[in-house]
Amino acid sequence: MSRLILDLLWRATAETLEMVLASGALAVAGGLPLAVLLVLTSPSGLYPLPLLSRLVGGVVDAVRAVPFIILLVLLIPFTRMVVGTALGTTAAIVPLSIAAIPYFARIAEVSLREVDTGLVDAVRAMGGTRWMVVRYVLLPESLPGLISGFTVTLVTLVGASAMAGAIGAGGLGDLAIRYGYQRFNTTVMFGVVAVLVALVMVLQAVGNFLAHTLRHTNSGRAE
Amino acid sequence: MNLLEVERLNRSFGGQPALHDISFTVPKGQRLGIIGRSGAGKSTLLRCLSGLDRPQSGRILLEGEDMAILPEAKLVLLRRRIGLVFQHFNLLNARTIAANVALPLQIAGRPKAERNKRVMELLELVGLADHAGKYPAMLSGGQKQRIGIARALAAHPALLLCDEATSALDPETTQTILALLADINRVLGLTVVFITHEMDVVRSLAQQVLVLEKGRIVSRGKPADILDANQLAAVLPPNLSQTPQDGSHAIVRLTVTTQAVFTPLLHTLEQQCQASFALLHTFPNPEGEGLVDVVVQTDGLSVATMNALQAHACAAEVIGYVPAHS
Repeated sequence: MSRLILDLLWRATAETLEMVLASGALAVAGGLPLAVLLVLTSPSGLYPLPLLSRLVGGVVDAVRAVPFIILLVLLIPFTRMVVGTALGTTAAIVPLSIAAIPYFARIAEVSLREVDTGLVDAVRAMGGTRWMVVRYVLLPESLPGLISGFTVTLVTLVGASAMAGAIGAGGLGDLAIRYGYQRFNTTVMFGVVAVLVALVMVLQAVGNFLAHTLRHTNSGRAE
Repeated sequence: MNLLEVERLNRSFGGQPALHDISFTVPKGQRLGIIGRSGAGKSTLLRCLSGLDRPQSGRILLEGEDMAILPEAKLVLLRRRIGLVFQHFNLLNARTIAANVALPLQIAGRPKAERNKRVMELLELVGLADHAGKYPAMLSGGQKQRIGIARALAAHPALLLCDEATSALDPETTQTILALLADINRVLGLTVVFITHEMDVVRSLAQQVLVLEKGRIVSRGKPADILDANQLAAVLPPNLSQTPQDGSHAIVRLTVTTQAVFTPLLHTLEQQCQASFALLHTFPNPEGEGLVDVVVQTDGLSVATMNALQAHACAAEVIGYVPAHS
Protein backbone atom coordinates (compact mmCIF):
# COMPACT_ATOMS: atom_id res chain seq x y z
CA MET A 1 0.00 0.00 0.00
CA SER A 2 1.47 3.33 -0.99
CA ARG A 3 2.02 6.19 1.38
CA LEU A 4 -0.63 8.18 -0.55
CA ILE A 5 -3.34 5.57 -0.06
CA LEU A 6 -2.50 5.26 3.63
CA ASP A 7 -2.87 9.02 3.98
CA LEU A 8 -6.23 8.86 2.24
CA LEU A 9 -7.38 6.01 4.48
CA TRP A 10 -6.24 7.86 7.58
CA ARG A 11 -8.06 11.04 6.64
CA ALA A 12 -11.22 9.15 5.67
CA THR A 13 -11.20 7.29 9.00
CA ALA A 14 -10.90 10.55 10.91
CA GLU A 15 -13.82 11.98 8.94
CA THR A 16 -15.96 8.90 9.56
CA LEU A 17 -15.16 9.02 13.26
CA GLU A 18 -16.04 12.70 13.36
CA MET A 19 -19.41 12.06 11.71
CA VAL A 20 -20.22 9.00 13.82
CA LEU A 21 -19.23 10.48 17.17
CA ALA A 22 -20.81 13.89 16.58
CA SER A 23 -24.10 12.46 15.34
CA GLY A 24 -23.95 9.79 18.07
CA ALA A 25 -23.67 12.50 20.71
CA LEU A 26 -26.57 14.38 19.14
CA ALA A 27 -28.56 11.14 18.99
CA VAL A 28 -28.24 10.80 22.78
CA ALA A 29 -28.88 14.49 23.39
CA GLY A 30 -32.08 14.33 21.34
CA GLY A 31 -33.08 10.68 21.62
CA LEU A 32 -32.78 10.15 25.37
CA PRO A 33 -35.16 12.99 26.33
CA LEU A 34 -37.56 11.72 23.67
CA ALA A 35 -37.37 8.21 25.12
CA VAL A 36 -38.02 9.53 28.65
CA LEU A 37 -40.93 11.56 27.28
CA LEU A 38 -42.37 8.49 25.53
CA VAL A 39 -42.09 6.39 28.70
CA LEU A 40 -43.49 9.03 31.06
CA THR A 41 -46.42 10.05 28.86
CA SER A 42 -47.48 6.54 27.87
CA PRO A 43 -50.90 5.52 29.29
CA SER A 44 -49.27 3.45 32.05
CA GLY A 45 -46.52 6.00 32.65
CA LEU A 46 -45.93 8.40 35.53
CA TYR A 47 -47.34 11.37 33.61
CA PRO A 48 -49.94 9.84 31.31
CA LEU A 49 -50.65 12.04 28.29
CA PRO A 50 -51.70 9.44 25.73
CA LEU A 51 -52.28 11.98 22.97
CA LEU A 52 -48.80 13.52 23.25
CA SER A 53 -47.29 10.06 23.57
CA ARG A 54 -48.95 8.90 20.36
CA LEU A 55 -48.03 12.10 18.53
CA VAL A 56 -44.34 11.90 19.47
CA GLY A 57 -44.31 8.16 18.79
CA GLY A 58 -45.83 8.82 15.36
CA VAL A 59 -43.21 11.40 14.42
CA VAL A 60 -40.41 9.13 15.64
CA ASP A 61 -41.70 6.22 13.55
CA ALA A 62 -42.28 8.43 10.49
CA VAL A 63 -38.64 9.54 10.46
CA ARG A 64 -37.48 5.96 10.97
CA ALA A 65 -39.64 4.83 8.06
CA VAL A 66 -37.74 6.98 5.54
CA PRO A 67 -34.74 5.17 4.04
CA PHE A 68 -31.56 7.00 4.99
CA ILE A 69 -30.48 7.69 1.42
CA ILE A 70 -33.83 9.41 0.78
CA LEU A 71 -33.62 11.31 4.06
CA LEU A 72 -30.21 12.62 2.99
CA VAL A 73 -31.70 14.17 -0.11
CA LEU A 74 -34.90 15.36 1.56
CA LEU A 75 -32.93 17.16 4.23
CA ILE A 76 -30.59 19.05 1.87
CA PRO A 77 -32.47 22.38 2.22
CA PHE A 78 -32.60 22.00 5.99
CA THR A 79 -28.92 21.09 6.17
CA ARG A 80 -28.06 24.14 4.06
CA MET A 81 -30.08 26.29 6.46
CA VAL A 82 -28.31 24.90 9.54
CA VAL A 83 -24.66 24.68 8.43
CA GLY A 84 -24.70 26.85 5.30
CA THR A 85 -23.75 24.03 2.95
CA ALA A 86 -25.05 20.59 2.02
CA LEU A 87 -21.59 19.26 1.21
CA GLY A 88 -18.85 17.86 3.42
CA THR A 89 -18.45 16.12 6.73
CA THR A 90 -20.10 18.75 8.93
CA ALA A 91 -23.10 18.89 6.62
CA ALA A 92 -23.51 15.10 6.82
CA ILE A 93 -23.79 15.28 10.59
CA VAL A 94 -27.22 16.92 10.23
CA PRO A 95 -29.04 14.10 8.37
CA LEU A 96 -27.11 11.47 10.33
CA SER A 97 -28.33 12.98 13.63
CA ILE A 98 -31.88 13.36 12.37
CA ALA A 99 -31.90 9.68 11.47
CA ALA A 100 -30.15 8.56 14.66
CA ILE A 101 -32.28 10.52 17.15
CA PRO A 102 -35.52 8.53 16.62
CA TYR A 103 -33.52 5.32 16.21
CA PHE A 104 -31.83 5.75 19.58
CA ALA A 105 -35.08 7.05 21.14
CA ARG A 106 -36.86 3.75 20.40
CA ILE A 107 -33.91 1.65 21.60
CA ALA A 108 -33.59 3.71 24.80
CA GLU A 109 -37.34 3.51 25.34
CA VAL A 110 -37.12 -0.29 25.48
CA SER A 111 -34.35 -0.12 28.10
CA LEU A 112 -36.26 2.41 30.20
CA ARG A 113 -39.41 0.30 30.09
CA GLU A 114 -37.50 -2.73 31.34
CA VAL A 115 -36.79 -1.04 34.67
CA ASP A 116 -38.69 -2.90 37.41
CA THR A 117 -41.85 -0.94 38.29
CA GLY A 118 -41.23 -1.94 41.91
CA LEU A 119 -38.20 0.36 41.93
CA VAL A 120 -40.31 3.22 40.63
CA ASP A 121 -42.84 2.50 43.39
CA ALA A 122 -40.06 2.42 45.97
CA VAL A 123 -38.83 5.89 45.09
CA ARG A 124 -42.34 7.27 44.75
CA ALA A 125 -43.23 5.82 48.16
CA MET A 126 -40.17 7.55 49.63
CA GLY A 127 -41.69 10.82 48.51
CA GLY A 128 -39.68 11.17 45.34
CA THR A 129 -41.01 13.50 42.65
CA ARG A 130 -41.39 12.28 39.07
CA TRP A 131 -38.15 14.01 38.19
CA MET A 132 -36.41 12.10 41.00
CA VAL A 133 -37.81 8.85 39.64
CA VAL A 134 -36.20 9.66 36.28
CA ARG A 135 -32.97 10.84 37.90
CA TYR A 136 -32.52 8.12 40.55
CA VAL A 137 -34.30 5.12 39.05
CA LEU A 138 -35.02 5.15 35.32
CA LEU A 139 -31.69 6.50 34.04
CA PRO A 140 -29.20 4.80 36.41
CA GLU A 141 -31.02 1.47 36.45
CA SER A 142 -31.24 1.30 32.66
CA LEU A 143 -27.71 2.63 32.07
CA PRO A 144 -26.20 -0.73 31.03
CA GLY A 145 -29.05 -1.20 28.55
CA LEU A 146 -28.72 2.39 27.33
CA ILE A 147 -25.01 1.87 26.70
CA SER A 148 -25.68 -1.33 24.75
CA GLY A 149 -28.30 0.55 22.75
CA PHE A 150 -25.89 3.42 22.14
CA THR A 151 -23.31 0.95 20.84
CA VAL A 152 -25.84 -0.45 18.38
CA THR A 153 -26.66 3.11 17.31
CA LEU A 154 -22.98 3.93 16.72
CA VAL A 155 -22.46 0.82 14.62
CA THR A 156 -25.52 1.70 12.55
CA LEU A 157 -24.13 5.22 12.16
CA VAL A 158 -20.84 3.83 10.82
CA GLY A 159 -22.86 2.18 8.04
CA ALA A 160 -25.03 5.22 7.45
CA SER A 161 -22.04 7.57 7.31
CA ALA A 162 -20.72 5.55 4.36
CA MET A 163 -23.96 6.30 2.55
CA ALA A 164 -23.53 9.98 3.30
CA GLY A 165 -20.53 9.77 1.01
CA ALA A 166 -23.07 9.93 -1.78
CA ILE A 167 -23.63 13.62 -1.07
CA GLY A 168 -19.93 14.30 -0.80
CA ALA A 169 -19.62 13.89 2.92
CA GLY A 170 -16.17 12.38 2.80
CA GLY A 171 -15.22 9.56 5.10
CA LEU A 172 -14.58 5.88 4.47
CA GLY A 173 -17.67 5.27 2.37
CA ASP A 174 -16.81 8.12 0.03
CA LEU A 175 -13.26 6.79 -0.31
CA ALA A 176 -14.45 3.29 -1.11
CA ILE A 177 -16.85 4.47 -3.78
CA ARG A 178 -14.61 6.96 -5.53
CA TYR A 179 -11.29 5.11 -5.38
CA GLY A 180 -12.29 1.52 -4.80
CA TYR A 181 -15.37 1.25 -7.01
CA GLN A 182 -15.15 3.97 -9.65
CA ARG A 183 -11.36 3.60 -10.17
CA PHE A 184 -11.26 -0.17 -9.69
CA ASN A 185 -8.69 0.19 -6.91
CA THR A 186 -9.14 -3.08 -5.03
CA THR A 187 -6.45 -2.22 -2.48
CA VAL A 188 -8.37 0.83 -1.31
CA MET A 189 -11.63 -1.15 -1.25
CA PHE A 190 -10.14 -3.85 0.98
CA GLY A 191 -8.39 -1.26 3.10
CA VAL A 192 -11.68 0.55 3.75
CA VAL A 193 -13.51 -2.67 4.56
CA ALA A 194 -10.72 -3.72 6.96
CA VAL A 195 -10.84 -0.36 8.75
CA LEU A 196 -14.66 -0.50 8.99
CA VAL A 197 -14.60 -4.01 10.41
CA ALA A 198 -11.95 -3.04 12.96
CA LEU A 199 -13.86 0.13 13.88
CA VAL A 200 -17.13 -1.72 14.50
CA MET A 201 -15.37 -4.43 16.52
CA VAL A 202 -13.65 -1.88 18.75
CA LEU A 203 -16.88 0.08 19.28
CA GLN A 204 -18.77 -3.10 20.17
CA ALA A 205 -16.05 -4.33 22.54
CA VAL A 206 -15.90 -1.01 24.39
CA GLY A 207 -19.70 -0.93 24.61
CA ASN A 208 -19.89 -4.49 25.93
CA PHE A 209 -17.20 -3.80 28.51
CA LEU A 210 -18.92 -0.67 29.83
CA ALA A 211 -22.36 -2.28 29.92
CA HIS A 212 -20.98 -5.30 31.78
CA THR A 213 -19.03 -3.24 34.31
CA LEU A 214 -22.04 -1.08 35.12
CA ARG A 215 -24.43 -3.97 35.52
CA HIS A 216 -23.27 -4.84 39.08
CA THR A 217 -25.00 -8.19 39.11
CA ASN A 218 -23.36 -11.03 40.97
CA SER A 219 -19.87 -9.89 40.07
CA GLY A 220 -18.54 -10.32 43.59
CA ARG A 221 -20.25 -13.49 44.66
CA ALA A 222 -20.80 -16.86 43.06
CA GLU A 223 -24.26 -18.17 43.79
CA MET B 1 -53.45 9.09 69.95
CA ASN B 2 -54.19 7.50 66.62
CA LEU B 3 -51.42 7.78 64.08
CA LEU B 4 -53.50 6.39 61.26
CA GLU B 5 -57.26 6.52 60.80
CA VAL B 6 -58.97 4.88 57.88
CA GLU B 7 -62.64 5.62 57.37
CA ARG B 8 -65.02 3.91 54.96
CA LEU B 9 -62.39 3.36 52.32
CA ASN B 10 -63.62 2.21 48.90
CA ARG B 11 -61.51 1.37 45.89
CA SER B 12 -62.64 -0.41 42.75
CA PHE B 13 -61.00 -1.24 39.45
CA GLY B 14 -63.22 -0.97 36.40
CA GLY B 15 -66.41 -1.32 38.45
CA GLN B 16 -65.04 -4.35 40.29
CA PRO B 17 -64.79 -3.41 43.98
CA ALA B 18 -61.40 -4.27 45.50
CA LEU B 19 -61.93 -2.62 48.87
CA HIS B 20 -65.31 -2.11 50.48
CA ASP B 21 -65.96 0.22 53.42
CA ILE B 22 -62.66 -0.41 55.15
CA SER B 23 -62.42 1.38 58.49
CA PHE B 24 -59.80 0.98 61.19
CA THR B 25 -57.47 3.00 63.39
CA VAL B 26 -53.88 2.42 64.39
CA PRO B 27 -52.69 3.98 67.65
CA LYS B 28 -49.14 5.30 67.76
CA GLY B 29 -46.62 2.56 68.50
CA GLN B 30 -48.91 -0.34 67.61
CA ARG B 31 -48.12 -3.35 65.43
CA LEU B 32 -51.12 -4.06 63.22
CA GLY B 33 -51.27 -7.11 61.00
CA ILE B 34 -53.57 -7.31 58.00
CA ILE B 35 -54.05 -10.86 56.88
CA GLY B 36 -55.89 -12.25 53.91
CA ARG B 37 -55.65 -14.62 50.99
CA SER B 38 -54.36 -13.42 47.65
CA GLY B 39 -57.04 -11.37 45.97
CA ALA B 40 -58.50 -10.24 49.29
CA GLY B 41 -57.48 -6.65 48.60
CA LYS B 42 -54.37 -6.51 50.79
CA SER B 43 -52.10 -5.02 48.17
CA THR B 44 -54.69 -2.46 47.10
CA LEU B 45 -55.12 -1.41 50.73
CA LEU B 46 -51.38 -1.10 51.19
CA ARG B 47 -51.00 0.98 48.04
CA CYS B 48 -53.70 3.32 49.36
CA LEU B 49 -52.03 3.53 52.77
CA SER B 50 -48.66 4.31 51.22
CA GLY B 51 -50.11 7.04 49.04
CA LEU B 52 -49.26 5.25 45.77
CA ASP B 53 -52.92 4.87 44.92
CA ARG B 54 -56.01 6.89 45.80
CA PRO B 55 -59.32 5.45 46.98
CA GLN B 56 -62.56 6.45 45.24
CA SER B 57 -64.10 7.44 48.55
CA GLY B 58 -63.24 7.46 52.21
CA ARG B 59 -60.53 9.06 54.27
CA ILE B 60 -56.98 8.02 55.17
CA LEU B 61 -55.73 10.27 57.93
CA LEU B 62 -52.03 10.07 58.67
CA GLU B 63 -51.14 12.40 61.52
CA GLY B 64 -54.38 14.22 60.75
CA GLU B 65 -53.76 14.77 57.01
CA ASP B 66 -56.11 13.08 54.57
CA MET B 67 -54.04 11.20 51.99
CA ALA B 68 -57.13 10.45 49.92
CA ILE B 69 -57.66 14.04 48.81
CA LEU B 70 -54.29 15.71 49.41
CA PRO B 71 -52.96 17.39 46.24
CA GLU B 72 -50.10 15.49 44.60
CA ALA B 73 -47.47 18.07 45.57
CA LYS B 74 -48.35 17.73 49.26
CA LEU B 75 -48.84 13.98 49.05
CA VAL B 76 -45.23 13.67 47.88
CA LEU B 77 -44.14 15.29 51.14
CA LEU B 78 -46.49 13.19 53.26
CA ARG B 79 -45.10 9.99 51.70
CA ARG B 80 -41.77 10.87 53.29
CA ARG B 81 -43.43 10.20 56.66
CA ILE B 82 -43.98 6.58 55.63
CA GLY B 83 -41.36 3.85 55.28
CA LEU B 84 -42.29 1.03 52.93
CA VAL B 85 -40.74 -2.46 53.00
CA PHE B 86 -41.35 -4.59 49.91
CA GLN B 87 -41.72 -8.30 49.36
CA HIS B 88 -39.06 -8.28 46.66
CA PHE B 89 -36.89 -5.68 48.44
CA ASN B 90 -36.85 -3.29 45.45
CA LEU B 91 -33.30 -2.12 46.00
CA LEU B 92 -31.66 -0.10 43.24
CA ASN B 93 -29.10 -2.34 41.53
CA ALA B 94 -26.98 0.54 40.29
CA ARG B 95 -26.44 1.90 43.82
CA THR B 96 -24.30 0.55 46.61
CA ILE B 97 -25.92 -0.60 49.85
CA ALA B 98 -25.00 2.68 51.53
CA ALA B 99 -26.38 4.73 48.62
CA ASN B 100 -29.62 2.72 48.71
CA VAL B 101 -30.11 3.45 52.40
CA ALA B 102 -29.21 7.10 51.82
CA LEU B 103 -31.78 7.55 49.03
CA PRO B 104 -34.76 8.66 51.16
CA LEU B 105 -32.51 11.26 52.80
CA GLN B 106 -31.23 12.41 49.43
CA ILE B 107 -34.83 12.76 48.27
CA ALA B 108 -35.63 14.77 51.39
CA GLY B 109 -32.69 17.04 50.54
CA ARG B 110 -30.56 16.30 53.60
CA PRO B 111 -26.89 17.36 53.55
CA LYS B 112 -24.29 14.72 52.73
CA ALA B 113 -22.63 14.63 56.15
CA GLU B 114 -25.95 13.94 57.86
CA ARG B 115 -26.78 11.25 55.28
CA ASN B 116 -23.51 9.41 55.83
CA LYS B 117 -23.90 9.47 59.59
CA ARG B 118 -27.47 8.20 59.43
CA VAL B 119 -26.57 5.47 56.94
CA MET B 120 -23.87 4.07 59.22
CA GLU B 121 -26.25 4.21 62.17
CA LEU B 122 -28.88 2.22 60.24
CA LEU B 123 -26.43 -0.31 58.84
CA GLU B 124 -25.28 -0.93 62.43
CA LEU B 125 -28.91 -1.33 63.49
CA VAL B 126 -29.58 -4.03 60.88
CA GLY B 127 -26.17 -5.61 61.40
CA LEU B 128 -24.74 -5.05 57.92
CA ALA B 129 -22.22 -2.28 58.53
CA ASP B 130 -19.44 -4.22 56.72
CA HIS B 131 -21.44 -4.33 53.51
CA ALA B 132 -21.83 -0.58 52.91
CA GLY B 133 -19.80 -0.54 49.69
CA LYS B 134 -21.32 -3.66 48.13
CA TYR B 135 -24.05 -3.81 45.53
CA PRO B 136 -27.45 -5.43 46.22
CA ALA B 137 -26.75 -8.32 43.82
CA MET B 138 -23.98 -9.50 46.16
CA LEU B 139 -26.32 -9.97 49.14
CA SER B 140 -28.60 -12.83 50.16
CA GLY B 141 -32.39 -12.40 50.36
CA GLY B 142 -32.38 -11.88 54.12
CA GLN B 143 -29.59 -9.32 53.88
CA LYS B 144 -31.42 -7.50 51.10
CA GLN B 145 -34.53 -7.27 53.27
CA ARG B 146 -32.45 -5.88 56.15
CA ILE B 147 -31.24 -3.19 53.77
CA GLY B 148 -34.84 -2.67 52.66
CA ILE B 149 -35.81 -2.10 56.30
CA ALA B 150 -32.83 0.19 56.94
CA ARG B 151 -33.81 2.23 53.89
CA ALA B 152 -37.44 2.45 55.04
CA LEU B 153 -36.26 3.81 58.40
CA ALA B 154 -33.77 6.29 56.98
CA ALA B 155 -35.91 9.41 56.92
CA HIS B 156 -37.35 8.86 60.43
CA PRO B 157 -40.82 7.83 59.24
CA ALA B 158 -43.86 7.96 61.50
CA LEU B 159 -45.22 4.75 60.05
CA LEU B 160 -43.56 1.59 58.77
CA LEU B 161 -45.57 -0.32 56.17
CA CYS B 162 -44.50 -3.86 55.29
CA ASP B 163 -45.85 -5.51 52.16
CA GLU B 164 -45.38 -9.28 52.55
CA ALA B 165 -41.93 -8.44 53.87
CA THR B 166 -41.00 -12.06 54.64
CA SER B 167 -42.88 -13.92 51.91
CA ALA B 168 -39.82 -14.29 49.69
CA LEU B 169 -37.63 -15.57 52.54
CA ASP B 170 -36.97 -19.00 54.05
CA PRO B 171 -38.43 -19.80 57.52
CA GLU B 172 -35.28 -19.06 59.53
CA THR B 173 -34.58 -15.79 57.76
CA THR B 174 -38.25 -14.92 58.26
CA GLN B 175 -37.79 -15.32 62.01
CA THR B 176 -34.77 -13.01 62.09
CA ILE B 177 -36.54 -10.36 60.02
CA LEU B 178 -39.62 -10.55 62.26
CA ALA B 179 -37.41 -10.21 65.34
CA LEU B 180 -35.77 -7.17 63.76
CA LEU B 181 -39.15 -5.58 63.04
CA ALA B 182 -40.36 -6.27 66.59
CA ASP B 183 -37.12 -4.72 67.94
CA ILE B 184 -37.55 -1.62 65.81
CA ASN B 185 -41.12 -1.25 67.05
CA ARG B 186 -40.02 -1.64 70.66
CA VAL B 187 -36.85 0.43 70.61
CA LEU B 188 -37.97 3.25 68.31
CA GLY B 189 -41.64 3.14 69.26
CA LEU B 190 -42.41 3.08 65.57
CA THR B 191 -45.91 2.18 64.41
CA VAL B 192 -45.84 -0.87 62.14
CA VAL B 193 -48.59 -1.95 59.75
CA PHE B 194 -47.87 -5.11 57.83
CA ILE B 195 -49.83 -7.19 55.39
CA THR B 196 -49.22 -10.88 54.97
CA HIS B 197 -50.88 -14.14 54.07
CA GLU B 198 -48.88 -16.08 56.66
CA MET B 199 -50.55 -16.90 59.99
CA ASP B 200 -47.15 -17.37 61.64
CA VAL B 201 -46.11 -13.82 60.82
CA VAL B 202 -49.26 -12.42 62.41
CA ARG B 203 -48.83 -14.68 65.42
CA SER B 204 -45.31 -13.54 66.15
CA LEU B 205 -45.54 -9.86 65.25
CA ALA B 206 -49.07 -8.47 65.46
CA GLN B 207 -50.73 -6.88 68.47
CA GLN B 208 -53.95 -6.36 66.53
CA VAL B 209 -55.16 -8.16 63.44
CA LEU B 210 -57.56 -7.35 60.65
CA VAL B 211 -58.77 -10.23 58.52
CA LEU B 212 -59.50 -9.15 54.98
CA GLU B 213 -61.71 -11.20 52.73
CA LYS B 214 -63.05 -10.18 49.32
CA GLY B 215 -62.26 -6.53 50.03
CA ARG B 216 -63.99 -6.38 53.40
CA ILE B 217 -62.78 -6.64 56.97
CA VAL B 218 -64.43 -9.84 58.20
CA SER B 219 -62.94 -9.88 61.69
CA ARG B 220 -60.60 -7.93 63.90
CA GLY B 221 -59.06 -8.35 67.30
CA LYS B 222 -56.06 -9.81 69.09
CA PRO B 223 -54.12 -12.38 67.07
CA ALA B 224 -54.75 -15.11 69.62
CA ASP B 225 -58.52 -14.71 69.43
CA ILE B 226 -58.65 -14.38 65.67
CA LEU B 227 -56.35 -17.25 64.89
CA ASP B 228 -58.02 -19.34 67.55
CA ALA B 229 -61.46 -18.74 66.15
CA ASN B 230 -60.22 -19.44 62.62
CA GLN B 231 -58.50 -22.68 63.54
CA LEU B 232 -61.30 -23.91 65.74
CA ALA B 233 -63.93 -23.19 63.13
CA ALA B 234 -62.02 -25.37 60.72
CA VAL B 235 -62.06 -28.47 62.96
CA LEU B 236 -65.43 -28.23 64.70
CA PRO B 237 -68.31 -30.40 63.51
CA PRO B 238 -70.82 -28.40 61.45
CA ASN B 239 -73.82 -29.39 63.62
CA LEU B 240 -72.41 -27.74 66.74
CA SER B 241 -75.00 -26.10 69.00
CA GLN B 242 -74.50 -23.86 71.99
CA THR B 243 -77.05 -25.60 74.25
CA PRO B 244 -76.95 -29.20 75.50
CA GLN B 245 -79.69 -31.53 74.34
CA ASP B 246 -80.77 -34.80 75.83
CA GLY B 247 -77.90 -37.26 75.44
CA SER B 248 -75.74 -34.87 73.44
CA HIS B 249 -71.96 -34.97 73.66
CA ALA B 250 -69.90 -31.99 74.72
CA ILE B 251 -66.97 -30.57 72.76
CA VAL B 252 -64.29 -29.37 75.16
CA ARG B 253 -61.09 -27.54 74.49
CA LEU B 254 -58.24 -28.31 76.84
CA THR B 255 -55.10 -26.24 76.93
CA VAL B 256 -52.24 -28.41 78.10
CA THR B 257 -48.47 -28.11 78.26
CA THR B 258 -46.50 -29.95 75.60
CA GLN B 259 -45.26 -32.34 78.32
CA ALA B 260 -48.82 -33.49 78.94
CA VAL B 261 -48.95 -34.78 75.39
CA PHE B 262 -46.52 -37.52 76.41
CA THR B 263 -48.75 -38.74 79.30
CA PRO B 264 -51.81 -40.95 78.73
CA LEU B 265 -54.03 -37.93 79.34
CA LEU B 266 -57.29 -39.16 77.85
CA HIS B 267 -56.87 -42.59 79.40
CA THR B 268 -56.34 -41.04 82.86
CA LEU B 269 -59.40 -38.84 82.38
CA GLU B 270 -61.57 -41.76 81.28
CA GLN B 271 -60.57 -43.72 84.37
CA GLN B 272 -61.16 -40.79 86.68
CA CYS B 273 -64.45 -39.51 85.25
CA GLN B 274 -66.06 -42.74 84.13
CA ALA B 275 -66.72 -41.12 80.74
CA SER B 276 -65.36 -41.60 77.24
CA PHE B 277 -63.17 -39.03 75.54
CA ALA B 278 -62.62 -38.91 71.79
CA LEU B 279 -59.79 -36.84 70.43
CA LEU B 280 -60.95 -34.49 67.66
CA HIS B 281 -57.99 -32.25 67.03
CA THR B 282 -54.86 -30.69 68.46
CA PHE B 283 -53.10 -27.51 67.48
CA PRO B 284 -50.50 -25.19 68.99
CA ASN B 285 -51.99 -22.66 71.36
CA PRO B 286 -51.63 -19.24 69.73
CA GLU B 287 -50.99 -17.50 73.03
CA GLY B 288 -47.98 -19.25 74.35
CA GLU B 289 -44.94 -21.31 73.57
CA GLY B 290 -45.10 -24.85 74.90
CA LEU B 291 -48.88 -24.95 75.06
CA VAL B 292 -51.13 -27.20 73.00
CA ASP B 293 -54.89 -26.99 72.49
CA VAL B 294 -56.62 -30.35 72.53
CA VAL B 295 -60.22 -30.57 71.33
CA VAL B 296 -62.08 -33.59 72.66
CA GLN B 297 -65.62 -34.91 72.53
CA THR B 298 -67.07 -36.51 75.68
CA ASP B 299 -70.34 -38.22 76.56
CA GLY B 300 -70.16 -37.53 80.27
CA LEU B 301 -69.97 -33.84 80.98
CA SER B 302 -70.62 -32.97 84.62
CA VAL B 303 -69.28 -30.64 87.27
CA ALA B 304 -67.02 -33.44 88.48
CA THR B 305 -65.71 -33.99 84.96
CA MET B 306 -64.97 -30.29 84.50
CA ASN B 307 -63.13 -30.24 87.82
CA ALA B 308 -61.05 -33.21 86.78
CA LEU B 309 -60.33 -31.62 83.42
CA GLN B 310 -59.28 -28.36 85.02
CA ALA B 311 -56.98 -30.25 87.37
CA HIS B 312 -55.16 -31.94 84.47
CA ALA B 313 -55.06 -29.03 82.02
CA CYS B 314 -54.08 -25.39 82.23
CA ALA B 315 -57.54 -24.48 80.99
CA ALA B 316 -60.72 -26.27 79.97
CA GLU B 317 -63.59 -24.71 78.08
CA VAL B 318 -66.82 -26.15 76.73
CA ILE B 319 -67.15 -24.99 73.16
CA GLY B 320 -70.51 -26.54 72.32
CA TYR B 321 -72.59 -29.67 72.00
CA VAL B 322 -73.23 -32.17 69.25
CA PRO B 323 -75.82 -34.94 69.07
CA ALA B 324 -74.48 -38.34 70.15
CA HIS B 325 -73.04 -40.56 67.38
CA SER B 326 -72.17 -37.63 65.18
